[in-house]
Amino acid sequence: MALAGIQIYKLLPQTNCKECGFPTCLAFAMKLAAKQVELDACPYVTEDSKKQLAESAMPPIRLVTLKGKAGEARAGNEVVLFRHEKKFFNRPGIFIRVADTAADEEIAVTVGAASSYAVDYVGMKLGLDGFAVEAASGDKARLAAVVGAVRAATGLPLILVGRDPEVLAAGLEKLPGEAPLLMGADGSNWEAVADLALKHGAALGLSGASLEELAEMAVKAQEKGVEDLVLHPAAEGLGASLALNTQIRRLALKNFRPLGYPTISFTSGGGPAGRDAVAAAQAVCKYAGFVVLDRFAPELVYPLLVLRENIYTDPQKPIQVQPAIYEINNPGPAAPVLVTTNFSITYFSVANEVEGAGLPAWLVVTDAEGMSVLTAWAAGKFDAASIAKAVKGFGVAAKVDQKLIVIPGHTAVLSGELEEELPDWTIRVGPREAVDLPRYMKEVLV
Amino acid sequence: MPVEIPKDSWPGAVNTVTLGATGDQGGSRTSTVTIGGERSLPFMHFESPMPHRPAIAMEIAPARPADWSAVLLEAWGATADDPGSWARACEEAGADLILLQFGLKGSGDEPVSADFAVAAVKAVLGSTGLPLVVVGPGQAEVDNSILVPIADATKGERLVLGLCEEGNYRTLVAAAMANDHLVLGKTPMDVNLAKQLNILMSDMGLGRDRVVMDPTTAALGYGIEYGYSVMERLRLAALQGDGMTQFPILVTPGAEAWKAKESKVGEGTPAEWGEWRQRGMNWEALTAVSLVEAGAHVVVLRHPESLRRVRAAIDELMASETA
Repeated sequence: MALAGIQIYKLLPQTNCKECGFPTCLAFAMKLAAKQVELDACPYVTEDSKKQLAESAMPPIRLVTLKGKAGEARAGNEVVLFRHEKKFFNRPGIFIRVADTAADEEIAVTVGAASSYAVDYVGMKLGLDGFAVEAASGDKARLAAVVGAVRAATGLPLILVGRDPEVLAAGLEKLPGEAPLLMGADGSNWEAVADLALKHGAALGLSGASLEELAEMAVKAQEKGVEDLVLHPAAEGLGASLALNTQIRRLALKNFRPLGYPTISFTSGGGPAGRDAVAAAQAVCKYAGFVVLDRFAPELVYPLLVLRENIYTDPQKPIQVQPAIYEINNPGPAAPVLVTTNFSITYFSVANEVEGAGLPAWLVVTDAEGMSVLTAWAAGKFDAASIAKAVKGFGVAAKVDQKLIVIPGHTAVLSGELEEELPDWTIRVGPREAVDLPRYMKEVLV
Repeated sequence: MPVEIPKDSWPGAVNTVTLGATGDQGGSRTSTVTIGGERSLPFMHFESPMPHRPAIAMEIAPARPADWSAVLLEAWGATADDPGSWARACEEAGADLILLQFGLKGSGDEPVSADFAVAAVKAVLGSTGLPLVVVGPGQAEVDNSILVPIADATKGERLVLGLCEEGNYRTLVAAAMANDHLVLGKTPMDVNLAKQLNILMSDMGLGRDRVVMDPTTAALGYGIEYGYSVMERLRLAALQGDGMTQFPILVTPGAEAWKAKESKVGEGTPAEWGEWRQRGMNWEALTAVSLVEAGAHVVVLRHPESLRRVRAAIDELMASETA
């Protein structure tokens, strides 16, 4: 846990020599606590103090970066249990499992489709983070061949899954200069896999069914010199998995170093349909640093990527679009004027519906501080005055023949006030949901 | 290496609320649903065993809904033509309770009337033994015009009547108190607005065991993170002992998810969205499970396959104990 300014002050010489550029040691300590200055600026700090300060500056959950030939996947550096307390920082990497026992052609098809997968979500391109190649065959040559084939098809980071260090070593040889994750070390073989990780600069995954087992292996691996660890709490069932992941996050945030690492979650493709999606969703919401899916399917991956984006959005900063008048499908003077707020999801819902239906419209986006219609209305950020201000400010009247404006159905209550604010305009109440806009525009607004 | 598991101990607890009343209790239900009572965060059994599992309500309408996705109407088939047969199909599919959602229309193009609404509620109560939530179209006057007669006609059933909003809570709370029912309060995604409505309703003398709250959620991709965090904050406040946040939470992931284009529409969507039916089911199930993890006590769903998936997830979350 980071030290407060006053705690740092106690570790400084307290001579107020000013050589650091600050008038007092306390002022310097405050800057250190705010991470606005480096400790090196103090020429007189003792070695012992340096060590203590370095430890305190370590994040409670180590940042582990997997590197491929092109691209990285980062996990860790989280500082809270709940996203509203600050935010979740590093989106869990979503990997697709590829078993080396599958046919070459099947592997090529999966890796090709998954590595090139990109989907648009509110103007952002979302995609997958890498592949977990499993040494299911137990054969060195086969794993090496599959790793080579995957690497030839994509530059994304890899996870190698297998219990036999010799087989894993054969796979690693195909990944020079990279930092993959070796997954498959447990109480019986961890030492050999740890040696391998050290030799190749790979991250080391540790599997254990209990916190005691994981902590013990982590401490021994640290002593051996492996710094990048990933914990795999091997639990049966969603409940046990939730409990272990929560306990690891809590202990890490309390500065329990042996468990201060990101976790990985594997969603087996077994079980009834949809079970893997649900398990992966829990992993995304509740603390996983890496999630490995058993299969690639767009209808599974798309909702998960969206969920990850939603949960990892900064709660203090909703994604916003610029308040402006937007032209949809080249509107002419006869096109209607629609109004909504500048929350990105709201904007894209409305714009996509109207655009998709091929209907021309002017879309006035007000400055609602990035809130959705209902939230902004409740908070007083989307009212008659702000709509009128936008309509006047963007010079909407000069663009249209008929002064007709459509407000969201949820804010029907604003129509009276808006008539007073915009006396020359006809105010119409549109549907509550964007999805119903095309029908409204075609059937009601004619 | 010994590891001491950090356990939070909280001064507060979520209220325990029972929905529905059996014959012995003054109603006609064959089963009741009890929710709430937790003294810990969701599914943290190692701190305090969760006394009641989250329940799944299936949403039905008094007549075949015109605006539901074709995937849903196909799944329910002809049973959706009649609220009684639809409710029975939900019971057979494994629902814990039913939510009957009225719109502004009654039969055909007529506005919804008290007679129409009471008949639909009676049909549902007659065809299933499950507890029932009844929700009006969301316009205060219309809501009152149908919910008060429904409350009178079903005295003692411990129905949940909604939606209580700031504009109409008085009428609904009075109708619930007079007829031994419960109420559902709804506020737009804000901890303080939820608290405020709970205070207003409690000030009328409504018992703590008679209120369920809907703090409003959005679907995956459409702002789920707001509802998710509001629910987590409400639960934390409840556990810290804030009495006006301790009401159990009902949310509607089914209606939200199936309103989203990703679920509702099968044509003209990007290829990257994948196969429509599975995508729709994932959209609903993922929205619901995320909200269950954030502390929902009742999730209202629409598709029978999502019901199976979410029930299986709750089974796993409730079953487990860690070593």
